[in-house]
Amino acid sequence: MFKGKDLLGLETLEPEEIEGILDTAESFMEVLERPIKKVPTLRGQTIVNLFFEASTRTRVSFELAEKRLSADSVNFASGGSSVSKGETLKDTARNIEAMSIDMLVVRHPAAGAPHYLADCLDTRVINAGDGSHEHPTQGLLDVFTVRRRLGGIRGLRVAIIGDIAHSRVARSAIWGFRKLGASVAVCGPTTLMPVEIEKMGVDAHWRVEEAVEGADVVMVLRIQLERQKNALFPSVREYAKVFGVDAAKLSRAKPEVLVMHPGPMNRGIEIAQDVADGPYSVILQQVTNGVAVRMAVLYLLSGVEEPKAELVG
Amino acid sequence: MTGFDRARIMDSDDIRRAVTRIAHEIVEKNHGTHGMVLVGIRKRGLPLARRIADTIERIEGVRVPTGALDITLYRDDLQLRTVSQQPIVRPTEIPFNIDGKLVVLIDDVLYTGRTVRAALDELVDFGRPRAIQLAVLVDRGHRELPIRADFVGKNVPTAGNQAVQVKLSEEDGVDEVVIEQIAEAAGGKVPRD
Repeated sequence: MFKGKDLLGLETLEPEEIEGILDTAESFMEVLERPIKKVPTLRGQTIVNLFFEASTRTRVSFELAEKRLSADSVNFASGGSSVSKGETLKDTARNIEAMSIDMLVVRHPAAGAPHYLADCLDTRVINAGDGSHEHPTQGLLDVFTVRRRLGGIRGLRVAIIGDIAHSRVARSAIWGFRKLGASVAVCGPTTLMPVEIEKMGVDAHWRVEEAVEGADVVMVLRIQLERQKNALFPSVREYAKVFGVDAAKLSRAKPEVLVMHPGPMNRGIEIAQDVADGPYSVILQQVTNGVAVRMAVLYLLSGVEEPKAELVG
Repeated sequence: MTGFDRARIMDSDDIRRAVTRIAHEIVEKNHGTHGMVLVGIRKRGLPLARRIADTIERIEGVRVPTGALDITLYRDDLQLRTVSQQPIVRPTEIPFNIDGKLVVLIDDVLYTGRTVRAALDELVDFGRPRAIQLAVLVDRGHRELPIRADFVGKNVPTAGNQAVQVKLSEEDGVDEVVIEQIAEAAGGKVPRD
């Protein structure tokens, strides 16, 4: 079963640990369908959502997961806080830890920030996105969504399309899908594809039509329109035409392809309207599943450091 | 009891007869099966519940709805375990409304009563039954909470350094109930998974 004290990324997890988290998430899906969507499991535990980057989806998802487990949930957003007064990350975290909390959920623009906090604090740390490095709970929910719909991961072909270079979602998805035995193809403009991305064990393509050929899953990444100002692509219209996932490009994938997107979507740009709302889209299911996956992670991490009682077999 | 490591106290025939008697007692006490549902506490309470439902169907001609309850999330000892010991959560399936129903909870062994306490808390989150009754295959005593069973297969007096293992063919490939000697628990008894 899951071994760590923190969840910082999927790179270091073993396949059995990932499967264990997904199996646990399956049980939590049932809790979300009850009339009373609450279990007393984390009653009395305090979890702080420490978000140094804007987020709606991820933060609300974590908050719901925490509340459904009966934990006390506290939100911290860096705007208008001591951070804007120049407080260091370490001081912010230590001050919060001094209030006797049980877990930290951290999103930060700098890669490695959650790892740093996990080292200098005793509290459990969950990475909710660190720079372009990893977003492990998103990777887990992506794999969970596919597993639920297609029954398994081994042997599937997954295509990830978009700004791979800046995407922590892509990286966590690559780790998650590869560890469970799927093959992954990535595709984006040359300016937005990391050099030597093949070293992660994926196939790099330069045309979307090739990347999605025969794919079971097509994951579309959000294009940040600000990147156009940095001359990383010539125009939004050209991006949409060449790299936008529309019905024509999608027709090259398998007939029962799943279309995924981590959100928020730029409709009509990276993803066509009829694809986003079409019969292949599981985008809203990803969001539903995200709460169950996060409940599973919180539950699994909530044990103590040292056993307090001998367990009787 | 001294001088033994493991003793079988019920074989497959004993279990079959106990299940048959429990099924008859459930129907007799409740004057039939009106509004009745069975809920088996995972893991081994579930195959027992199904066997009891099968028997009731044979004697009354009625298939009583049967569900499965996993009490892991309601346990009172989760804060005592390390991260790697977090018990596995299995799915709960109660595909029917329990408001106003007579719920018969079914488990294999009744010991401290903490599992049943957790099951009661979880059940009331699903609705408001008109009554809850408890059927167990084995009652081994040593209650730590004021909980008692309405229907009992076999009463087995035990010591703290013993464990009662119920094996059912659906889970374990064989039907038997075994008492085993184990090391005494250090920080107090913690119910097994």
